[in-house]
Amino acid sequence: MSLINFNTQVIKNLFSKPATRKYPFEPKNYPERTRGHVQNDMDVCVLCGLCSIKCPTHAITVDKAAKTWSIRPMSCIQCRCCVDNCPKKCLSMDTHFTEPGSEKVTKTFKQSEKAIAAQEALMKAAKERAAAAAAAKAAAAGNAAPVAGAAPAAKPANAAPTGVQQVAAAAAKAEAEKKDE
Amino acid sequence: MSTRSVIPFGPQHPVLPEPIHLDLVLEDEKVVQAIPSIGFIHRGLEKLVDKKDFHEMVYVAERICGICSLGHGLGYCDAVEHIMDLEVPDRAKYLRTMLSELSRMHSHLLWLGLLADAFGFESLYMECWRIREEVLDMFEIATGGRVIFSIMKIGGLRRDIPDDMLKDFRQRLDSIKEGLDIVAKPFIDDVAVKNRLVDVGILTPEKADLLGTAGPFLRASGIARDIRSTGYCAYGDIEFEPIISTGCDSYARTEVRIKEIYQSIDIMRQCIDKMPSGPVDVPVKPNQFPNGEYMARIEQPRGEALYYVKANGSKFIDRMRVRTPTFANIPALVDVLAGCDFADVPILVLTIDPCISCTER
Repeated sequence: MSLINFNTQVIKNLFSKPATRKYPFEPKNYPERTRGHVQNDMDVCVLCGLCSIKCPTHAITVDKAAKTWSIRPMSCIQCRCCVDNCPKKCLSMDTHFTEPGSEKVTKTFKQSEKAIAAQEALMKAAKERAAAAAAAKAAAAGNAAPVAGAAPAAKPANAAPTGVQQVAAAAAKAEAEKKDE
Repeated sequence: MSTRSVIPFGPQHPVLPEPIHLDLVLEDEKVVQAIPSIGFIHRGLEKLVDKKDFHEMVYVAERICGICSLGHGLGYCDAVEHIMDLEVPDRAKYLRTMLSELSRMHSHLLWLGLLADAFGFESLYMECWRIREEVLDMFEIATGGRVIFSIMKIGGLRRDIPDDMLKDFRQRLDSIKEGLDIVAKPFIDDVAVKNRLVDVGILTPEKADLLGTAGPFLRASGIARDIRSTGYCAYGDIEFEPIISTGCDSYARTEVRIKEIYQSIDIMRQCIDKMPSGPVDVPVKPNQFPNGEYMARIEQPRGEALYYVKANGSKFIDRMRVRTPTFANIPALVDVLAGCDFADVPILVLTIDPCISCTER
């Protein structure tokens, strides 16, 4: 009896659209959350190195001297840890998978001139602010000394940390943790 | 007077997706004894606790097996959370429950397809896997992965599943149920299917209990033992009864699994209806490390799985050990194989739903 029931399904299948796609000709519409591969916007990246520290498979290498960011796609497990931990939000997960290849490659990206210039400008501004704050503090301490009698030791400038400094501090901390292992 | 001969079965065999080897001692067409040997796919994942810290071990645990991937991540996180005294938020508990049930549907539909393939019903096999594809789509929408989900973390879930996505899931469940109605009928009523399954591989309740069987294989022998009843995650708030069958044969095992898919749909709907709002994770401080040991038990699609974690208060845990349901089911399989027809061996090996990658890690 049920065989007849299933036969109706089989006949229905004969006259309905296939459930499969013709793969290379009809591309798949990936959902928004699909973890395809990691992308880095080198215009924004400050090479802080947090992604390489947080990566469980050590697939990402950041070379601060050569100003490059590189990833080994064969080692990457698409866990999205680097994207979640990126302080500048320059890393993102693309929904498309990387194309198959016959060799294990390392993809290297150079930090763009624009990003280097922006980073240098920020660092310069931060240094200037810190110097100005230190000078103001020293002046204030100099004024206060004769009145109070005992001059407090001039502390190092505690300028408000800028974005770049925060990132650098976080990276240094994480690196120190890594070394503790 | 018949002569005895030994026929090797596996490790590569059309019915086996994964390598297990059985030496079958035959007397004519009857199997007298089956001697299993495992160890073809050992990867040493448990040893990786020396190299990966306890947060990174979640990804290793997930990779123990491709089908129970969510459960392995969940079991490991559950054990570590108990050691660290982390209280997982309610929403994360419900979402974990919902995803576990989705994973159960995925696993059982895959198994039904493989069973249909084993007894040569190709179109039924394709139909089962078509429905499974819808389940995998749901996984991809919710977590971003079809097989490896990377959504578990110590303290909850890495990403929230928003309410509108859950609403969409409710509709998708309806369509899955429609498809399931079509494939369930041939498995339950069909004469040809019954000929291959009824009274094949009888495992009595006493034997099942004695040999420490787990999961649907055990429940098909009439013993209602389901770890979900202990109420881990949000199972304590969900209304469900362990599904049992008293047939004790291969047909009963099929029946239990089909009914469990319906039950999973029901549990998922309950989860979506009762879904509390709030955060999905509790933060773990960078200087907070587990110290102690714990044994977590969860119900995987294939049965009870055990996760033993021993931690020493540092970044790296001392020991992570998994006991998987397939390992518990192999003694019962050997018992069932003795005395069966040689032609029934593939189906009997399938009815324990073997997952060798889990077993050997």
